[in-house]
Amino acid sequence: MPKSRTSKHRIESMLERISVRENIRLMEVCGTHTMAIARFGLKQLLPASIQLISGPGCPVCVTAQEDIERVLILAQNPRVLITTFGDMVRVPGSTGSLQEMAAQGANVRIIYSPLDAIALAQNNPNKEVVFLAVGFETTAPTVAMALEQAQKLGLENFSIVCLHKLVIPALIALLEDPEIQVQGFLCPGHVSTIIGTYPYEFIPKKYACGCVVSGFEPEDILESITLLVEQIKNNNFQVQNQYVRAVKPEGNKVALSLIEKYFEPTSVYWRGLGKIPQSGLKLKAPYIKFDALRKFNLVDVEVKVGPTGCQCGQILKGIKKSDDCPLFATICTPSSPVGPCMVSSEGACAASYYYRGGEVIAR
Amino acid sequence: MCVAVPAKVIKVEEPWAQVDLEGTTFKINMMLTPEVKEGDYVLIHAGFSIQHLTPEEAKETLELWEEYYAKIQDL
Repeated sequence: MPKSRTSKHRIESMLERISVRENIRLMEVCGTHTMAIARFGLKQLLPASIQLISGPGCPVCVTAQEDIERVLILAQNPRVLITTFGDMVRVPGSTGSLQEMAAQGANVRIIYSPLDAIALAQNNPNKEVVFLAVGFETTAPTVAMALEQAQKLGLENFSIVCLHKLVIPALIALLEDPEIQVQGFLCPGHVSTIIGTYPYEFIPKKYACGCVVSGFEPEDILESITLLVEQIKNNNFQVQNQYVRAVKPEGNKVALSLIEKYFEPTSVYWRGLGKIPQSGLKLKAPYIKFDALRKFNLVDVEVKVGPTGCQCGQILKGIKKSDDCPLFATICTPSSPVGPCMVSSEGACAASYYYRGGEVIAR
Repeated sequence: MCVAVPAKVIKVEEPWAQVDLEGTTFKINMMLTPEVKEGDYVLIHAGFSIQHLTPEEAKETLELWEEYYAKIQDL
């Protein structure tokens, strides 16, 4: 944890500690880290031997295309008012995006908090207010709290499309994949605020892979990389908490018990990673009435997903980089995205696009 | 999506709290951090406080931001 203000000296000393000859592959799991690394030019600061790869930590990016298509079908219903965090409205589906559907009259509202959806449901009794519950463990308790309110108020016109994902099962899937060779994870800071540091403990033990829970300031990230490099150099793999100011080893117990009250783990599809066991959340039986897909008979609807040429899947696993994709910065741009990694403000492609300046423009 | 920022709690009206974030006042829900009192710092995500920070802990992040803004203005 930084004890003093950022200083040239401090950064120089960290850069000295990470100047290693052997190649090291680290993965930043969280999309907010991906964006911070790009914005502050941290990759350019690191020695060439250290490779930082972006992982599947952008919830919008990893939402399966089939789920997006179901949401688009739901949005066609004039009785439905879709509420969502901003990024989801621009993800393209086979019939356009939610944003495009809104332009044609669909009811779509961007909200800041799941509780805003509860207020909308109270104020619009003739509409079914559906919240797109996308996000990792950081966001799931806020949705659970909205469900708690809906339950208390006896709201019958509020439901969610439950697309929550869990980070730890995704890390296991990455560690088990022989194509992905990572020696250390920069673990997501705010997911860890909720889950704590204990759930990572098996990773160094079972997989000989480093874990450092990291904050989001450039100095935090640099320090976390330094800790990971030292673990690898010394062959001393463990879970370290760089972000102690926001992450307690036990996490946030109130939030965890709320998640447990309303949700249970289930196997779900991730874009790029396929089906991962117990890696998503679904509503527990007593709260199934809040399941929007069930309410509108869309659970088993077959949806067609056509090929787009988008390489998001490979990029989310760190196998390809954004500029390996022939669509990147040519026909796929933030104003006209083909895949979710370009849509989301935390997507690896958007980060590469925004912070590469001249190189991109030259294409 | 997992962006969260530290803010100072100005007034508690359970389950809500008024918080100060860089001079702007927000109303947040604090049911995920029931122990928080006025004057404390919290980490905010999606309209909720998700963690209680000690003032010293919050200061570190806020100072880093202040420094960042100062540097940007110098450019």
